[in-house]
Amino acid sequence: MEKKELKIPMLEELEKGPWPSFVTEMKKSADNPMAADTLRQLEQSYEDKISHWKHGGLVGVMGYGGGVIGRYSNLPEQFPEVAEFHTYRVNQPSGWFYNSDALRTLCDIWEKHGSGLTNMHGSTGDLIFLGSKTEAIEPCFKDLGEAGYDLGGSGSDVRTPSCCVGPGRCEWSCYDTLDACYDITQEFQDELHRPAFPYKFKFKFSGCPNDCVASIARSDMSVIGTWKDNIRIDQDEAKKYAKNGVDIQAEICDLCPTSCIDWNGSNISIDNSNCVKCMHCINVMPKALRPGTEGGATILVGAKAPIIGGALLATVFVPFLEMEAPYDDIKELAEAIWDFWGEYGKNRERVGEFIQRVGLATFMDEIGLEPVPEMIAHPRTNPYIFFGDDLDEDDE
Amino acid sequence: MTTAQRITDIGPPNYKQFLPPVVKANYGKWKYHEIPKPGVLVHVAESGDKLFTVRAGSPRLISTVTIRLFAALADKYSGGYLRWTSRNNVEFLLEEEKNIEPLIKELGEQGYPVGGTGNGISSIVHTQGWVHCHSAATDASGVVKAIMDEVYPHFTSMELPAKLRIAFACCLNMCGAVHCSDIAVLGLHRKPPVIDHTALPKMCEVPTLISSCPTGAIRPATVDGKASVEIEDEQCMYCGNCYTVCPAVQINNAEADGISIWVGGKVSNARSQPMFSKLVIPFIPNDPPRWPGVVDAVVNIVDVYAKNARKHERMGEWIERIGWPKFFELADIPFSKYVIDDFKHAGETYNRTAQIRQ
Repeated sequence: MEKKELKIPMLEELEKGPWPSFVTEMKKSADNPMAADTLRQLEQSYEDKISHWKHGGLVGVMGYGGGVIGRYSNLPEQFPEVAEFHTYRVNQPSGWFYNSDALRTLCDIWEKHGSGLTNMHGSTGDLIFLGSKTEAIEPCFKDLGEAGYDLGGSGSDVRTPSCCVGPGRCEWSCYDTLDACYDITQEFQDELHRPAFPYKFKFKFSGCPNDCVASIARSDMSVIGTWKDNIRIDQDEAKKYAKNGVDIQAEICDLCPTSCIDWNGSNISIDNSNCVKCMHCINVMPKALRPGTEGGATILVGAKAPIIGGALLATVFVPFLEMEAPYDDIKELAEAIWDFWGEYGKNRERVGEFIQRVGLATFMDEIGLEPVPEMIAHPRTNPYIFFGDDLDEDDE
Repeated sequence: MTTAQRITDIGPPNYKQFLPPVVKANYGKWKYHEIPKPGVLVHVAESGDKLFTVRAGSPRLISTVTIRLFAALADKYSGGYLRWTSRNNVEFLLEEEKNIEPLIKELGEQGYPVGGTGNGISSIVHTQGWVHCHSAATDASGVVKAIMDEVYPHFTSMELPAKLRIAFACCLNMCGAVHCSDIAVLGLHRKPPVIDHTALPKMCEVPTLISSCPTGAIRPATVDGKASVEIEDEQCMYCGNCYTVCPAVQINNAEADGISIWVGGKVSNARSQPMFSKLVIPFIPNDPPRWPGVVDAVVNIVDVYAKNARKHERMGEWIERIGWPKFFELADIPFSKYVIDDFKHAGETYNRTAQIRQ
């Protein structure tokens, strides 16, 4: 077959400049006709200023309700190689750790079954294989399974959990994010592959309040490492920072949100009972200050992007939870949330929106969590208190 | 093949097999880290062992050819061990300090810059755009590439007041949730969807479609004797939720779609609490292949922030200190009615104080 010309002048404008180019990447795979037609269709989109992908369709592997996203071209005659161009979400290893052999195995599988184009990684954390034909889905899944990989979540299910690098490299990790992420992913395989919720449910695990996986902004259950005891101080190292030009008073003490850290010119002192674990002082002087050793996590629930009732940050549910395997407390909390939300949540209503609709206090009642002041920014400012049922119960 | 033979529900491979020996030996026992130069981290364990990380930028959309290249570089320099970050950078995990410079040199020769650490700009997290999504109001990879080409000096240096995180989403679905970024670039639709009354009864459930609309703008209607819907245009806020549940209400529009710019969000709890990004530029038309209007807007905001913010101040913290009127003035961005909220809880965003810089 004669090789079709690759005429993509607009896209080639994006090969200029110092930042690595996705167009160059796609051209590297352009011996694959699917990758070449992806480039051609994208050039068409650049000319027309509109996407040429059709709305998804139902594709997948036998027995799963998620993990493969159906994708079809709306110009199949013009770009026949991408008439079917489905995406696979492959569940990444915790912390996105790989070795070279594992990567080559994944490349072998994807070059055999698909376009050779990937995302390392997708927004939720999965390794993304971009584009294969429908007939390739089962064989590709088989090869992935034999190599030890499984698909991630999609649709109204547990989405692929993700976590920061944690104790694998970071001195600030207050619990084992890599293990918690792996353990909980394994525990909820059924919920991950077989959508049965009102909408998606995301877990994200950050080892400290710097929150490198943005869990507080985008996960239904956000697990953020924190500690109970005192910040560990190395006074000699603090002096060295001062000597090397860090203005500890201005850069640290004056920026502490609770003014709980003092510097007298030679020593740091911290009122740990007022420390809110914001991480600023530790971030600036990592050799002098470290989180305490009694680690655990704050559990927050209900973050989401705008669709549909507006964006939400996650709300504190448990101010401090010990995070030891097998993580029964967090698993039971998740299941209690799913029971209530699963029964009363509306179609495409994230748990955060559901909480707004029924009220945090009602939600806590239903899932069996005692209300504590850490759950709120401040008490209500309106007098419309629902006493009804409680009064009736007192009468009985 | 019978169903019984299929391998399912095995979950991801256990990460432990991918940890370098130095990580296994010092797991959870790291003492501190330093950033000797942009893109290079050294983590020191309580044992005294050191782990050197070389972080390189990538366009996220990468070919298996490149993954094989990274694997080969890992074999050569880091015992075969590497990882990716939450911002799509690739990190080589080295035990030998002497391998740092040769690795950086080879990465550079192959076009992958080393940086993205400390008080700079790391890779832009982004979505699929026209490369692979049906609901995209703009491309993602192209705009991101054009922006990164211009802010590149901040990727390879650490000279900003604090870290600056840019995120990109090509429609309001916000895969990856860009709404808490120092600068968020967001694709928008601006016209109500167009209904395909022939396809709709075959493709969509009308009650689901009606209930998908957050403003109640979609109503049942009979068109040419078939069950369909009508849309109250003035109630539509172009969220696209109806299009997500029903392909027959097409919201993409080549002329009306484009990009908005939001600033001042953060997810970290350091100093101030996490905060949302706020709208400052409601619309910039799509201008492929290099979106100069968007690139100029982002570069301008980066420059104004770099010049005016205090050390350790994130974008949002700086703006909270100087106030929004001053931000619009310094950034020379025209204020418009479109940045005033009129959705739920809008009142909480109004200024209800006489504390004004006159």
